[in-house]
This record gives sequence, C-alpha cells and structure tokens, in this order.
Amino acid sequence: MSTPKSKKSQAVLSLSHVSKVYNLGEEDLIVLGDISVTITSGELVAIVGPSGSGKSTLMHIMGLLDQQTSGTVTLAGHDASSLTEVEASKLRNKYIGFIFQQFNLLSRTSALENVLLPTLYNEDGGDKSVYAKKLLTDLGLGERLKNYPNQLSGGQQQRVAIARALINDPAVIFADEPTGNLDSKSGHEVVEILKKLNAEGRTIVIVTHDLELAKMANRTIKIFDGNIVSDTQKKI
Amino acid sequence: MKISILAKSSFISISRNKTRSFLTMLGVVIGVLSVILLTAIGNGLTVFVEQQFKELGSNLLIVTPGEIVNSDGGFDQQGAALSFATSKLSEDDSKALGRAGYPITLAVPLTGNNGEARTSEGKRSGMVVGTTPGYSEVRNTKAAKGRFLTEGDLAGNRKVAVIGSKIADKLFPGVNPVGKLMTINKLRFEVVGVAEAKAAGSFGGPDIDSFMYVPITTAKIAFGAEKVMQIMVQSATKESLPRTRALIESTLIKHLDSKDFSVTDQSEILKTIQTILGVLTTGLAGIAAISLVVGGIGIMNIMLVAVSERTKEIGLRKALGATPNNIMIQFLIESAVISTVGGLIGILLGVLGSLAIRPFFPATPAMSSILLAFAVSLATGIIFGVYPAQKAAKLSPIEALRYE
Repeated sequence: MSTPKSKKSQAVLSLSHVSKVYNLGEEDLIVLGDISVTITSGELVAIVGPSGSGKSTLMHIMGLLDQQTSGTVTLAGHDASSLTEVEASKLRNKYIGFIFQQFNLLSRTSALENVLLPTLYNEDGGDKSVYAKKLLTDLGLGERLKNYPNQLSGGQQQRVAIARALINDPAVIFADEPTGNLDSKSGHEVVEILKKLNAEGRTIVIVTHDLELAKMANRTIKIFDGNIVSDTQKKI
Repeated sequence: MKISILAKSSFISISRNKTRSFLTMLGVVIGVLSVILLTAIGNGLTVFVEQQFKELGSNLLIVTPGEIVNSDGGFDQQGAALSFATSKLSEDDSKALGRAGYPITLAVPLTGNNGEARTSEGKRSGMVVGTTPGYSEVRNTKAAKGRFLTEGDLAGNRKVAVIGSKIADKLFPGVNPVGKLMTINKLRFEVVGVAEAKAAGSFGGPDIDSFMYVPITTAKIAFGAEKVMQIMVQSATKESLPRTRALIESTLIKHLDSKDFSVTDQSEILKTIQTILGVLTTGLAGIAAISLVVGGIGIMNIMLVAVSERTKEIGLRKALGATPNNIMIQFLIESAVISTVGGLIGILLGVLGSLAIRPFFPATPAMSSILLAFAVSLATGIIFGVYPAQKAAKLSPIEALRYE
C-alpha cells in the first residue's frame, strides 16, 4: 500500500477558464461562468455557496463526473479536459474519492465489502481487504466489519463511506455536504476525521453551504452565480 | 475487474428479491420443462414405433385382401373396410407364394378369430391366430417354454396351441403350462408352448401377449376360419423387396384371377410414421419454445424494474470508477443467472417428469434436447438482458446519484 501523500506544494487539480453552459433552446443557462482554480497537494479546501450557486456542478467537473463546456481540467498531471466515459471512469477510480451526504452505501453488503467496492474496478486487481480492514479499524469500526449499513448509525455509515473514499489512496477526496445527514455529535466526529486525514497529508475538498463547516478548512472558495467571489487562505 | 465479484453482487440482488426472482425464473422453468417434456414424448413415440416394427420382423411384405390402395395410388377406405369380410385370400394362395421361389423365402398365412381360453384356474379372451410354423421366424416370435407349432401339427390337424404369456399367467398361475390342457371356445387344446412376452401392446396396437397360436388347418376345422386376413411374405434381403413385391403380384394375380389384394411394405410405413412423428415433435417443441420466449420477456421486464430501482447504486458504482461495460456485465450476469437457474430447474423437472410418465407413455428425454434447452435458456437471459443492461450502462452518474 502506498503511504499518504507528503505535504508538498504540488498542483493536484487545476481548472483553467472552465465554464458550464446548458442550452435550453432559446437561451443558454450559464451555470459556471469562468472558473480558474488550482488545488495543491495536502490542502483542505472548502467550496461554499448557496444552493444554485453552481458549487455542485463545479464539484462534478472537478470529480470528472461531468464535463465542462469550455476550459481545461488537469488532474494529477493528466489532461482531463475531454475524456471518454471509460477514461473518466478509470481516472476517477484511481485519483478521486467521494464522500456523499447520503453515505450511498450498498445495502445487504457488509461494511468491509462496501469499502472494497471501488477496488472492483481497479485496473491492477490486487486484493485490498487487509488495507480495508485497517482503514475501518483506524476509523473505530474494527468490530463492525461484517455489519450491514442498516445495522450501523449514521455516523458509522459515513465513516464506512470515508474508508471507501480512501481505499484507492486517491489524489483528491471530495466531500459533498458530509455532515448534512448527521446529528451534531456525529457531524463533529466526521469533521475531526477529515481534519486528521488532512493532517496526514490527504488533499480534501469539502463542498457545503454550511459556513460553520467551512471554518474547518484552511482555504475557503466562495461561489456565487457560477463565479468565484472570494478565495481566502486562513492565517496560520 | 473481477467477474466473480460482479457475479456475487448479482447473486446478492437476486436473493434480495427472492419472490420476484423466483416468479421470473418460473417463466423459463415452464418453457424449458415443456420443451424437454414434449420432445421426450415425441422421441419416445418414435423409438417405440421403431421397436414395434423391429419386433414384428424385418424384410417383410404383407399381403392383405382387398384393394386398399386404389389404382390412383390413394387410400381406398371402402376397400379397406370390406377387405376382411370379402377376403378371397386363402391358405392355398400362401402355399403358392411359398413355392414361387427366389427372392421369396417364406410365406406365412394368418387367420384370426376371437377366442376365450379357459381352465379351472380362470379364463381370458384373446385372438386365436391360425398360422404355420413359419410365423415364428417372420414375426420373430419364439417359444419361451415348450415349442412353437410344427409341420406335424399342421399335417395332423392337431389341437395344440402356443399361448401368449398373459394367457399363461392367467390360466396356469405358478405352473408350467406345457403339456397341460385348456379349452378355446369350449374345444380342448393341448398347450405345447408359451410364446415369449413382447412389451408391445401396452400402448395401442394388438395385445400380442394374449394371442393363442394354433395350426391354420386346425383353426379352419375347429373354428371355421376360412378367410386369411394376411399373408406375411419374407424377402431374402432388404434389397430384393421390390422384386419380391413383383413376384407376389404376378403369382397372386395368376392364382386369384384378379388384383383383389394389397401388398404393403413395413419399412415404408415406418418411414411415413417417422416423418409424421418428426414433424409432430418439432411442432410441439416449437409451441413450447414460445413459452420460453414469454419467459424471456418476463426476465427483460424484471431487469428493467431492477435497473430503475437501482439507479442510485448504478450512479454510485460509476462514480467509484465502474465503466459502462462493468455495469452492463453486472446486469447481464444477473439476467443470465436467473434464466440459467430457471433452465436447470426446468431440465430437472423435465427429466423427472419424463421418468414419471414413463410407465404410461414411452417418454425418452434426449441429451440433445437437454443441452439445447440449457443453451437456449442461457441465451434467453443474455438476449433479453441486453436491453436493460444497456439502459443501466448508459445512465449518467450525476443523474443517477441525484435520483431518489
């Protein structure tokens, strides 16, 4: 298993003049205007904005789930501007981890198997179950490996989802409203985990409308009406 | 990508909806079951008929009274109906054929009356066949106990009988009937032999095991059996059958002064029956195959439901790196598993069903139809699974993840 990335200031993901326009017949709907942003290795970034601001679309483009209308995307040294679906799948699998608001665990599938789900689609088909057990154990779920999602609390489910995001040692982890479905205690635990992972060198991008949550990040990018309105670095 | 793990997730989703999967399988089960059962019945019938004909002896031409086949080559119903009543064939004609020479090797006349056999132990009705010793050879009927009729029996008009196994069982339970006395229509006969049992007769056809064979001369005197219902003529070889037929016709026309008789060839009849049964079997299998198609549509239907139910799962898998092909294979495995398991259950039930009806009906499940049914059920799952699987593969991950 590779070790977490070291804290080098190296561009992991960069977007240059990215726009997203939906053609609605008569008029165009501009979801993203002109976005240029670079995420460097080891950063903990929060992308904030009200709903409808375009932050989700931005995350989808950053996460290679969607394609921009114009501009370029570079991920871990790969030009990801115009990919086929298969190429995008492979890059996602290798370089990107997702944490969702809804957890999105497979039911009737154990915590361990849920964590191993991305490895199904790895090109080098090695067995990562030892690593998966370690990740779950580190997240305090060592006793819950065989449990199904419906036997776990919300906080536990989100920790399984975090382990799943880590299994392929991605270059960037996207967390889309990771605490949105959790009570404040569990939400706090998840925040602490994300901080700890960042401290270990992981690059994390949190997408949220919750300004309180955004405070945990070292860098906050505010989006409004499809454009970046501020990009601030926390003073250390 | 690991197919075995994808297969595992297919099994998980199948077991998650047990009732639904089972009902979907049922369509395939019924389809395969009916294909196997119906072809088994068809094959069984063919085998049975062939066996019947073989037991009746080969290289045989049968001369029957009346012109069953008319001059146009068509079947003359009236001729057939009147044939026995107005039979002009006699034992003499048979003798004439016997003397006609190569390629006729044997001519055996047959008279027939219904008779009731009786001993102090019981009674049983059956056909009293007046014939000559040659019957044993042309009809491939041997004496299991004692002997068959001899020329001596014929010459002496002896009241002797060779009885079928069913008569022997009924009238002489537990004893060897050879040398014992019995009555046929109240006339005393000595049993000189018991004919070996022929399974034939259990399914249609004459009940050969209830026959009583007596010398044709005795039958004539004792029962007034003048009319010969058929003369069986054995040909030297299969190849000489046409020449034998010509010789029969020329001899009989000379002897009878008319063409008031018909000559039929067993192998021709067999061929016709085989053709009919073949067409019938194929037709039945075709009808059964329709239910397999209906089963396939059932699979397609349920897979479409599964795809829309699991839109979110598909979106998640795609987000985590599944390619469209990965998704497609996962769903194809699922539909193939449903149809293959259904197919295997259908095969099992089909074979068991064939065995179950065997005592009443000669069903023989053919290996070829079993393999075909398996292949077709697998193909059904894949073919009818393609459309839903493609639909799943084409889903956009964002749309799918957003789906509630």
